[in-house]
Amino acid sequence: MSVSRFWRKIPQRYNLIGTQCVTCGQYFYPPRSLCPECRREGKIVDHRFTGEGTVVTYTVIRSASDQFENTTPYVLAIVELDEGPRLTTQIACSPEEAEIGMRVKSVFRRIAADGESGTIHYGTKFVPVGR
Amino acid sequence: MRDVAVIGIGCTEFGERWGTSFRDLFVTAGTLALEDAGVSGEDIDALYVGNMSAGRFVEQEHIGALIADYAGLATNHIPSTRVEAACASGGLAFRQAVISVASGMEDVVVAAGVEKMTDVGTGASVDMLAGAADREWEGFAGATFPGLYAMIANDYMHRYPLTREQLAMVAVKNHENGSKNPIAQFRNRITVDTVLSSSMVADPLRLFDCSPITDGAAAAVVVPVERAREFTDSPVRVLASAQASDTIALHDRRDISTLDATVAAGKRALTQAGLTHRDIGMLEVHDCFTIAEICAIEDLGFCGKGEAGMLTAEGATALDSDLPVNPSGGLKACGHPVGATGVKQICEIVSQLRGDAVGRQVDAEIGMTHNVGGTGATVVVHILGV
Repeated sequence: MSVSRFWRKIPQRYNLIGTQCVTCGQYFYPPRSLCPECRREGKIVDHRFTGEGTVVTYTVIRSASDQFENTTPYVLAIVELDEGPRLTTQIACSPEEAEIGMRVKSVFRRIAADGESGTIHYGTKFVPVGR
Repeated sequence: MRDVAVIGIGCTEFGERWGTSFRDLFVTAGTLALEDAGVSGEDIDALYVGNMSAGRFVEQEHIGALIADYAGLATNHIPSTRVEAACASGGLAFRQAVISVASGMEDVVVAAGVEKMTDVGTGASVDMLAGAADREWEGFAGATFPGLYAMIANDYMHRYPLTREQLAMVAVKNHENGSKNPIAQFRNRITVDTVLSSSMVADPLRLFDCSPITDGAAAAVVVPVERAREFTDSPVRVLASAQASDTIALHDRRDISTLDATVAAGKRALTQAGLTHRDIGMLEVHDCFTIAEICAIEDLGFCGKGEAGMLTAEGATALDSDLPVNPSGGLKACGHPVGATGVKQICEIVSQLRGDAVGRQVDAEIGMTHNVGGTGATVVVHILGV
């Protein structure tokens, strides 16, 4: 991912900032700038999520793209935030710990790097609650 | 709208074709299709080509013009258009060809699909394929394509009684069919043990649950039904052409284990053709992973949710059953050159309907193809009949 493309979404990626449509109340993470329900009638504002949620489904990635190859195995999951939206994220836990329905909370972590001298990508991962 | 027929098909051998270039692939498939159709270059009014990522796989864009050029059609100046919907690019190219003929705009149109994937390493290829999903919000987090389908499998197995062995049976059945297909990448039979002892890619999916990385091309020639007999004695009619979209990211779907775009495209196709499920005698579905074939059979409405695993294990989708699924060997055994797959599915059904599928011939008069882009953000369904 190019530097500008990563930089553009730093607040969203670091702090779990998404959006909300105040017309219908729906929350979005990843952020959307157009509400699929209200479309042009919708009014979109930023929203910082509490970071607590539940694992909807997960897998353990054993074979990854070059960028993530030295991270394997890692737990990849779809997490449903308590406010409603779902996102794809890593769970920083052992493969054995992961399970569907597990409560998790967001943490700030290193995600990947663009080669040895490229940008380091930070962002949000999740950990089991109570750890 | 005019009725449309397929009058010719052509497919390269699928596999790791080290000695064959991107352009060699589509020239071979195109030539075979034109010979089969009995048309010459001068007859062709337009070309549509499905290709996912030549820009990244072989660093070549402007595929439409390139193909027209190397097919020897540059001096005819025919319109040649590349279409893209990740792994559904081929199905989409065929649909565009059908639409252009049905509309009356063009008469003799070639739909092609091509992908040259092995000029890059596996890691790079995995990264490129992840571009079929949401690069910024799935790929960024480390999602791979097998990983996304593995999350579908895990959700599915959590909610429905699908066993790991039943899932493996999808691959076993498709390798059995592939063993009878001369263009298939894998022509070896495998057992449930082969699948269960292969290396884990993304839990619960193992290497033998996954379709391979493949080079290949396929082409089909379509014309208005009323002109088909000018070219061939065995035209195959296009009874329906449907397409549907859904959210690009898996996490935004209404239901992780149901491809709503498959449901929508499947229903539209049956309505368009005026047919019911019982009329369909065979399926070529998008089994990029074993779980994808299970979901496809159910989401197209051929059985209830949670039932396809048991049906597969009972042999209800085998070559000698009432509803053979993936007689070509599917993406799993025949191979999956992403942009070519959708056209290859058409070629297989046409070949079956004409009675040309030697060694794997199915007794059916109507067949359906199902081609998926990404994890279900685009689905293209066609129904063909004699």
